[in-house]
Amino acid sequence: MERRFVKDRLRRSMMFVPGNNPGMISDARIYGADSIMLDLEDSVAYTEKDAARLLVHNALKTLDFGRKEVVVRINDLASGLGVLDLEAIIPAGVQVVRLPKTDSAQDVADCEAEIARIERKHGIPEGATGMMAAIESARGVLNAQAIAAASDRLIGVALGAEDYVTDLKTTRADGTELLFARSMILNAARAAGIAALDTVYSDVNNEEGFLAEVALIRKLGFDGKSVINPRQIEPLHRSFVPSEKDLKKAYAVMEAIREANARGSGVASLNGKMIDKPVVTRAKRLIALAEAVEEVEEV
Amino acid sequence: MELKKAATAGTMESGDVMVTLCPAQEGGVDLSLTSSVQQQFGRQIEAVIRDTLRKLGVEHAQVTAVDKGALDCTIRARVAAAVYRSAGETPERWEEL
Amino acid sequence: MTMDKNALERIPHIGEIRHRGPFAGTPEKHTATFQDRSWRQNKVVGSLEEAIRRTGLQNGMTISFHHHFRNGDHVVNQVLDTLARMGFKNLTLAASSLAAVHAPLIDHIKNGVVTRIETSGLRGELAEEVSRGLMDCPVVFRSHGGRAAAIRSGELPIDVAFLGAPSCDPYGNANGYSRDDSLLACGSMGYARTDAKYARQVVILTNHLVRYPNAPWAIPEYDVDYIVPADDIGDPKGIMSGATRYTKNPKELLIAQTAARVIDAAGYLYDGFSMQMGSGGASLATARFIREMMLEKDIRCRFALGGITGQITAMHEEGLIDRILDVQSFDLDAALSLKNNRFHHQIGATYYASFLSAAAVDQLDFVVLSALEIDTDFNVNVLTGSDGVIRGAIGGHPDAAAGASLSIVVAPLTRGRIPSVIDRVNTVVTPGAVVDVVVTDQGVAVNPRRPEVAERLRAAGIPVGTIQRLKEKAETLVGKPDPIRYTDRVVGVVLYRDNTVIDTVRQIAEP
Repeated sequence: MERRFVKDRLRRSMMFVPGNNPGMISDARIYGADSIMLDLEDSVAYTEKDAARLLVHNALKTLDFGRKEVVVRINDLASGLGVLDLEAIIPAGVQVVRLPKTDSAQDVADCEAEIARIERKHGIPEGATGMMAAIESARGVLNAQAIAAASDRLIGVALGAEDYVTDLKTTRADGTELLFARSMILNAARAAGIAALDTVYSDVNNEEGFLAEVALIRKLGFDGKSVINPRQIEPLHRSFVPSEKDLKKAYAVMEAIREANARGSGVASLNGKMIDKPVVTRAKRLIALAEAVEEVEEV
Repeated sequence: MELKKAATAGTMESGDVMVTLCPAQEGGVDLSLTSSVQQQFGRQIEAVIRDTLRKLGVEHAQVTAVDKGALDCTIRARVAAAVYRSAGETPERWEEL
Repeated sequence: MTMDKNALERIPHIGEIRHRGPFAGTPEKHTATFQDRSWRQNKVVGSLEEAIRRTGLQNGMTISFHHHFRNGDHVVNQVLDTLARMGFKNLTLAASSLAAVHAPLIDHIKNGVVTRIETSGLRGELAEEVSRGLMDCPVVFRSHGGRAAAIRSGELPIDVAFLGAPSCDPYGNANGYSRDDSLLACGSMGYARTDAKYARQVVILTNHLVRYPNAPWAIPEYDVDYIVPADDIGDPKGIMSGATRYTKNPKELLIAQTAARVIDAAGYLYDGFSMQMGSGGASLATARFIREMMLEKDIRCRFALGGITGQITAMHEEGLIDRILDVQSFDLDAALSLKNNRFHHQIGATYYASFLSAAAVDQLDFVVLSALEIDTDFNVNVLTGSDGVIRGAIGGHPDAAAGASLSIVVAPLTRGRIPSVIDRVNTVVTPGAVVDVVVTDQGVAVNPRRPEVAERLRAAGIPVGTIQRLKEKAETLVGKPDPIRYTDRVVGVVLYRDNTVIDTVRQIAEP
């Protein structure tokens, strides 16, 4: 099966780009986001959906997005617009379809069926197009586990906080209001072996607040975050660079493992302490992250 | 495609082009183009507009395009959007666009 | 006492001593108070016409102006209207620069009052008309340093300088601000100092006659011949506005951040460095990232040079920059700092950038400069637009690029559909021989002359490509523009800072 998308890759930042703004679409690739999300949903007025669809279709076919992951957020299927969006973007070569307002595994299945139909229609290998599901309601959060496991095409699940807090009858504040949703989505993603992506931080001028939120989601274990302004990308990425100290320790762990293997010993130790399996896993992951960060920066 | 009514697509923002179509019965494509990059790209913009109309099967039309430095892919998208709006149709054969 | 004539003969070797004969007494000593005298016996004349008559200005002579009032200038138009009324013809107008506000010159050119122009740049309607063949004799474009050198060497002799001054005392000590009141006006008058020093006759037009001595001064009274009080020398709104804000444009910020990283990686961000930031969003914003790096490294800048903005003066007041050398204040914050901070110095165009003498640009570690076009030989154009029409000014671009150890040119790879990196710039203003690094939003290119810089950048993890690759990237995105159609007629001659001819500007062909 020939896939356009990569399941496991660096997804620190997913930059939202309004789908009816040609200037922003052609500039999108310069800001270093890992993924670019061309939006046909909330940033496009209802009367401009047709024009945006044509614009995104042509952009996907023509523009060089380099090594960026190219995602398109479609309208939900219930609106009647979602299928029209899929008809436009799949033959144009979209890598990942972002489904908004995902409340259940059935939503994913319905969307997948449409994608598969369109792939067949155009002679595209079935399964070539990836998906991600944005969860934006209490129902969706409670179904997170089923949603994350609903399709082999899914590369990740994301939280859409604005609709979610409204559904909860609260507003966005210090992050306490999102703790349950974030934890649910994160655990669902990990259980399914896919990425967990956090919501946008919309106060572009509050860098301090942004960094605090980034620190929080890093601590929780998220892979990355959606951004609405290119200025947020650099500080976001900076938070993913492993510290020299951690990296040194990770290399030391791996060195100790190599030595133990060379000795034919199953037990490795560092500074007199036995190295547990999770320590090795974390060390490997940190080194892989450091290498991935370096490689991406080279583009 | 048959144009049925006057239709517009696109905006006056930088990097975009605003295309207005009026149906015509004869006389081919009557194109009036103003562009912020007329000198350097006027010829190419006109060619892209005419090519897009031909591919969509539009033979006669009055076309007004106000260009603010749009890339070719944007010009194609805006012309197509105006054509579909004018014809009152939804694109179906995307692979041919 | 009167010296005895014969006394001279008694002095040994008197023939070898230079003197003016024996002492013959003093003129009558004045006794009025100096305040009283200064308002009665001074250089103030009643009208511009009278001042012009007294200078002895003739047809065919050269008059000069400064551009410190930028697009708010009312001096050039006022003086030219008067000269036209008085019947002058065939004058050479040598301004340090001209702006859109000077469109009325078109009529004076058509009527033969002005037949030649020397300037750093042209904008607006006047620039359009010149590009369409308004003048018989091509406009001569010089850099700020080149102009200062030409004036001093006599290649550009100035007969009468008409210099607007926001403050002036009755003897001619003039400045762009005044310590006597809250007036700020234009801050530095650096470019005007060269004119005042070398012009045969100097007329100051001022809307603010202050008491003697107007210290500190930009222009000293011994360089001034006449003072004309004028109600209106400029529109404060056009002269300058509040503070220059850092750009919020993400593309410009991206370019600025990369430029700052390049400077650091190339080894020029050390304790005691010197810098200049050209005008333009991305070049000015570089200061913001330089500042962050300075705080992180705990280092200071020895001096900042050139056109000065509030961003530079804020860093000075924060203790990050020891000295400011200010040839032109770009905003009110800069003007205020020049007035209040003792280590914020005003310098003239000659000392700023002339190649004929010691110049401050020669002490620069790095400069960040904007560009309209850059070609694959690293030549830079800041004078003509992509349609071939004149729409800019050379300014100090080639001077600072040549003087700085590291010259960085910043530009977005494309502006709308117009590529900035191309095969051949329309007009060479700064030759690639003095341009070291090009920074765009889509990549960095280092001049092959500087392999050590490219190596250091790569070592610091900054991807370095070729200028050819940048050109190709731009072309892939926007396509290849049709060439501009020119006629064979030359409408402008561009001089490098040593006043050799580096390029010409031709008349554009009408569509």
